[in-house]
Amino acid sequence: MTINDIQDQIIKEFSGLHDWLDKYEYLITLGKSHYVSDEELKTDEHVISGCQSNVWLKTEIKNNKILFTADSDALITRGIISLLLRVLSNQTADDIIHADLYFIEKIGLASSLSPSRANGLAAIVKQIQTTADRMQSSKNSTKK
Amino acid sequence: MFNIDKIRDDFPILKREIYNKPLVYLDNAATTQKPKQVIDSVSEFYSNKNSNIHRGVHYLSEEADTEYRQARKTVKEYIGAKKSSEIIFTYGTTDSLNFIADTFGRSLLKQGDEIIITEMEHHSNIIPWQRLCDQKDTVLKIIPVDDNGTLILEKLKELITDKTKLISLTYVSNVLGTINPVKKIIKQSHKHNIPVIIDGAQAVQHIPVDVQSLDCDFFVFSGHKMYAGTGIGILYAKQKWLEAIPPYRYGGGMIAKVSFEKTSFLDPPQKFEAGTVNIAGAVSLKAAAEYINTTGLEIISSHEKKVYGYAFQKIRKLPGVTVYGNTADVCGAISFNLDNIHHYDAGALLDKMGIAVRTGKHCAEPLMNRYGIQGTIRASFAMYNSIEDADALINGIKKVQKILDTK
Repeated sequence: MTINDIQDQIIKEFSGLHDWLDKYEYLITLGKSHYVSDEELKTDEHVISGCQSNVWLKTEIKNNKILFTADSDALITRGIISLLLRVLSNQTADDIIHADLYFIEKIGLASSLSPSRANGLAAIVKQIQTTADRMQSSKNSTKK
Repeated sequence: MFNIDKIRDDFPILKREIYNKPLVYLDNAATTQKPKQVIDSVSEFYSNKNSNIHRGVHYLSEEADTEYRQARKTVKEYIGAKKSSEIIFTYGTTDSLNFIADTFGRSLLKQGDEIIITEMEHHSNIIPWQRLCDQKDTVLKIIPVDDNGTLILEKLKELITDKTKLISLTYVSNVLGTINPVKKIIKQSHKHNIPVIIDGAQAVQHIPVDVQSLDCDFFVFSGHKMYAGTGIGILYAKQKWLEAIPPYRYGGGMIAKVSFEKTSFLDPPQKFEAGTVNIAGAVSLKAAAEYINTTGLEIISSHEKKVYGYAFQKIRKLPGVTVYGNTADVCGAISFNLDNIHHYDAGALLDKMGIAVRTGKHCAEPLMNRYGIQGTIRASFAMYNSIEDADALINGIKKVQKILDTK
């Protein structure tokens, strides 16, 4: 599925949830079911500290696609992480760089990703994009 | 007589609905809401009196100057200072503390001198001293906090040496609400001729302050936490210190004579207020102090004590809740955590119920380390908070526990 297909799917999932509390309860459900098997993830090497919650992010490259593993100590942050990974993990660097993350705005979570929220989510998005950028530029330099 | 309905009526924002729910604002330690008297004072200033102050020859400038001078006088009376010239307008508490570190610290302290602070300080009363220690090779010492959230004062005796040159501490903890026995500490410090700075950011809106009776050397606070606008704060200092320290910033409005060879400065307070000051902010602070005085801080204080005590006891009795701090002398903030629930999740859910609290480390990371926690949920009260607000919070906590039940 393309990045936009996944985004549209998420927007559809949230479309029935009009009450804010329902939206957050759904995020909590997503957070609870976001299973992270990687024991090595929660180390200082991968931590992104926020004032509010900590997040951990790990990057791997497989078959020209970037795989992200991430987790948080807060359930709501974890729920949002699961959405971000659904959209951005296992995609090519090029697709990630050109992605327009409109689903965040559409499901009303834009403020959760503002850097001032200090929950680590803005840092995760930034790091995902930096990783994609780096991969793309190293690819371009080998081409030359 | 304290009329909560009338008070609440003065604060337009309290009529707002958040996510279709009535706003319950319990983030007052971060900033308080503004009564219409304060809002109107700013609007009136910009609508009718706006002009730059100091030496303006025209009518409006004089009028603005009068407003600014009156604001200084109102603040002087509000904290019981001896003279208006001991009141310096700053941008806020953080600015005031940086001010002292930069002027007093850099000019009067030398290598090896010691500064004492406490384990419950806000970062703004830690980092300026840390930076000073890096620059001047001075030493920072810490008064520890016990499990009840009070200072272990026996340690102060051990910490004071003949190298101690300054003690800086908060009057009221922004996390726990603990009211520190500052008068006692000042008295003890003065026996050793050590000047004391009191961070009054969480005190001036809750308890009457008299800097002369406290006998503190410096007293700092912010306007926006006591119902005034943002970007205005106060540095009070005894006259002798204001004369002993150099200016903090340099520029217009603070000089007596300037040539390329030499510049001389005006007397305090002008010496410390370079550039165009926040006149509208000062006007708003005057209006806020007058607003508090209309009801009377003693009366506000006793109302807040009732609401605080009610909330504290109820929250403490809830199953699965840990409240930090346990002392009779408290005001403002209550910090707690819910078992197996991340403070951020709790705060985000309370928000969706229209309840505004703060979560995280509250700019007091060393205190979080003291308790071995990542953060807390903090509810903090102001004069317009009611028993109903406390009940809304308590019901909110129960609902959060139900939604986030991780068992």
